[in-house]
Amino acid sequence: MNLLPSAATLAALVKIGLLVGGLMTAAAYLVLLERWIAAWVQDRRGPNRVGIPLTKVKLFGLGQPLADGLKIILKEDFTPSGVDRVLYNAAPLVILAASLAIFAAIPFGSVLPPLGIPGIPDPVPFLVAPGLDVGVLWVFALSSIAVYGVLLGGWASNNKYGFLGGLRSSAQLVAYEIPLGLGLLGVVLAAGSLRLDTIMNAQAETGVWYAFAQPLGFIVFMVASFAEAARLPFDLPEAEQELVGGYHTEYSGIKLLLFLVAEFLHMITAAFLIVILFLGGWHLWGVTGSSQEIGWIQALLRFGILSGKILGVIVFFMLVRWSWPRFRFDQLMNLAWKVMLPLGLVNLVTVAAVEEFRPQLVAALGPGFAGAVAIALPWIACLVGWLVAGVFTPSGTDNTPILTHDPLDIEREMAEHERLERAPHDVSPTLAGSR
Amino acid sequence: MKPTDPAITWLEEKPLGLTERLYLPLFLQGLSTTARHMVSRKVTVNYPEVRPTVGNPLIYRGVHRLNRDDAGRVKCVACFLCATACPAHCIDIVATESPWPDREKYPESFSIDELRCIFCGMCEEACPVDAIELTSLLDLTGKSREEMIFDKEKLLSVYDMTKDAEPMKSKTLAAGGMATFGTAPGNPTTAAGGHH
Repeated sequence: MNLLPSAATLAALVKIGLLVGGLMTAAAYLVLLERWIAAWVQDRRGPNRVGIPLTKVKLFGLGQPLADGLKIILKEDFTPSGVDRVLYNAAPLVILAASLAIFAAIPFGSVLPPLGIPGIPDPVPFLVAPGLDVGVLWVFALSSIAVYGVLLGGWASNNKYGFLGGLRSSAQLVAYEIPLGLGLLGVVLAAGSLRLDTIMNAQAETGVWYAFAQPLGFIVFMVASFAEAARLPFDLPEAEQELVGGYHTEYSGIKLLLFLVAEFLHMITAAFLIVILFLGGWHLWGVTGSSQEIGWIQALLRFGILSGKILGVIVFFMLVRWSWPRFRFDQLMNLAWKVMLPLGLVNLVTVAAVEEFRPQLVAALGPGFAGAVAIALPWIACLVGWLVAGVFTPSGTDNTPILTHDPLDIEREMAEHERLERAPHDVSPTLAGSR
Repeated sequence: MKPTDPAITWLEEKPLGLTERLYLPLFLQGLSTTARHMVSRKVTVNYPEVRPTVGNPLIYRGVHRLNRDDAGRVKCVACFLCATACPAHCIDIVATESPWPDREKYPESFSIDELRCIFCGMCEEACPVDAIELTSLLDLTGKSREEMIFDKEKLLSVYDMTKDAEPMKSKTLAAGGMATFGTAPGNPTTAAGGHH
């Protein structure tokens, strides 16, 4: 038996190393980007001091992630009394492991040109586990396992804020998995595959990104991704103004770091999925072809375009954080069940109808006009669905107390005020009840 | 304030219109506000390299100084009004008989604990002879607590240091006050604007 790893295994290990290293660096620098954008939006300058250590070179603060990481690693790793130690220690590992394992099925580029190394199948795809037919299922299964990290952390902390954060997180993620899945199903239906690289290739071949072919699905998926990544305006699981830190209130030091890195990995995953499923992946009109046999320049170009799109989506994530206030929990649930779920269904039905009758359309109208109709129909569905949702769904829940009188009836208010002043011991309720 | 007060305007929240219910206009409004601030001029400065500008030194409350009169003597008459007014109890005065004929007392020692001071400006308000003033010096640092207790000499030296950039406030105000402050030397931007 040959104990030496095969060339294919080595290639996979090299890819894993590059991916994990790249993701960790990306997460660290996204923290810096987040702080920069937060500062710029608030008319501040942001971190711009830390550069190369032990020198006076500042480099616009690009050394900040090193300082941040070092600081949080060197902090005391405090375990409060009363925690469930096994689960408390397992939670950060579960969430980080699951968030990293997701990337096994996510392509981070197109393919490399043939390398000519014996034992490695050519061309080499930018994918740790090439040929995984259930790619999308893998991504969704593992992102659901990552929720366990949040739940375990919140539960094991023995803290009311942690517990509330965990509860909110479970309800929110269960609610938004459904619109997320519905948005995804439209794409899977149109591409006819669960493989993410095939979905990208399908968009590259037609040149029509699914965001244009299925606008409603794109919106639903986008909103649900924000909720799944627990980013503002859906960051209820960790709303620091209400819950201190939510599920990671009781964590400190390196365990907190693992949670925070996992959060940024969630955001990167969400951006990857949005770009791959709806924004054409590495495809850009006139720049990248759709061929699988490409040279080095084309391969790097595709990698760069994919990375650029992902960065754009992440910047959008970060801008949104400072643009809208957080939803209240009932509004969050209303949005998921009363708006996003029906809209997702409308999109799915439209896409299914278009795909089912596409051959008849092409036969009746010719390929060009049929393509236009196949794009126009989902747009009409989007507009109509959006209009109906806007008009008929409650824009919010009115939580003002039900008064038995007009609060602007000033004379009545004054009389009531005087009555209470004359009889200070009569503490009858002023709202409904006594009158 | 009573609810019948005519100064109160009672408003009722308008119900959302169709465009607002469709969310998209509000979405774009929020995003454009954020995007505008991304590129707008920053209000903070790179502090040690760039000094923040004090908007109006007349009302800025920085490090204290003890003013001198025309003869170069300390103006303080040791009336203790500032020490009485001080909510942080950071002013400590030892009064003694004045060697000069124009007043009865003068401070033998006058010290302010800058660490206790809350920079409220009450001492400046209380002073009947405009002896204690707050300058626009804003970066006050020290290496020990003792160093941060400013005695009379140090407070007078603050005056010597800042008297050219910031003349005594009573004189500035007498010369036309806040309205003409912009044309005073030391604020060239407004002075240049005043010629138009």
